[in-house]
Amino acid sequence: MEITARSLWTLIHGMGFGALYLMACSGVIVELYRRYSPQHLASPVQNEENFLRIYLVAMAALAWLAVFTGAYIVYPWYRAVPAPGTANLAAFPQRLLMASPTTSGWHSLGMEWKEHVAWIAPISITMAASVVLQYGRNLRDHPQLRAAVLGFVWTSLLAAGVAGFFGAMINKNAPVEGGPVIQIVQGEQK
Amino acid sequence: MSTQNASASAIASARPNGAGAAAILAAGIGAFLVAVFAILADQSPAIKSLMIFWKPTGPLSGVTTCAIVLWLASWAILNMRWRNRNVALARVNAAAFALLILGFLLTFPPIADLF
Repeated sequence: MEITARSLWTLIHGMGFGALYLMACSGVIVELYRRYSPQHLASPVQNEENFLRIYLVAMAALAWLAVFTGAYIVYPWYRAVPAPGTANLAAFPQRLLMASPTTSGWHSLGMEWKEHVAWIAPISITMAASVVLQYGRNLRDHPQLRAAVLGFVWTSLLAAGVAGFFGAMINKNAPVEGGPVIQIVQGEQK
Repeated sequence: MSTQNASASAIASARPNGAGAAAILAAGIGAFLVAVFAILADQSPAIKSLMIFWKPTGPLSGVTTCAIVLWLASWAILNMRWRNRNVALARVNAAAFALLILGFLLTFPPIADLF
């Protein structure tokens, strides 16, 4: 069982940071609704308060790590330009996608959207983390601040969802492969 | 002790909304700027080459760096102006969400290509 270094980085970017961010989004949305619902009258205790703060800071870190590894590690491999006359485009995912009308949309719509919309996620969640860090339990007294935080978290989920969906589909149609091969498990010989 | 807690809580709940409003509006500006710089780089070859801060990533490096720098700058400026006062948060939220939604829609290639 082997994996290439480029494939491993793509996994770290998409599954390690991106997918974990998406899962964390649903958690924070539930927590924000629960915490400030009319039924939840008691003030949150300090432990809960600290947990939400750490959770949001971790989410912001995940979101920034996802976009930076995507833009500066994986994307350069994706958009690499082959030498003229190269017949096998397997190591050049963007060119491979664009070589066929049945797959070119994954680049012209999918990647073109993903590479920009993804940045809305870290910007939004950094704002949410900052507001929760600054106001903490006092957010209870600021319903409009809470509404904005929730709205931006929902939008960041949507942005990360678009980026994640297209990332997965693009990698399915034209995987980023190459670099040193890492052997994970030695298979049995028949 | 409980009197101390009550007065601390009263002081805390009196915290102005300006710092939060600054963060919210700046985030809307940041999201919008990502789309604006992406469209500019797509439409103008001169801007496209200016946006290549790091060749392997291409114009995306400049588009996102410019948007992030201006987002952080706008956040710092708004925070300096608003942090000690209450602002009309309904209007700030409306502006921030309008910018956020515009930013989201303008990154969608069929819409971005209209410009």
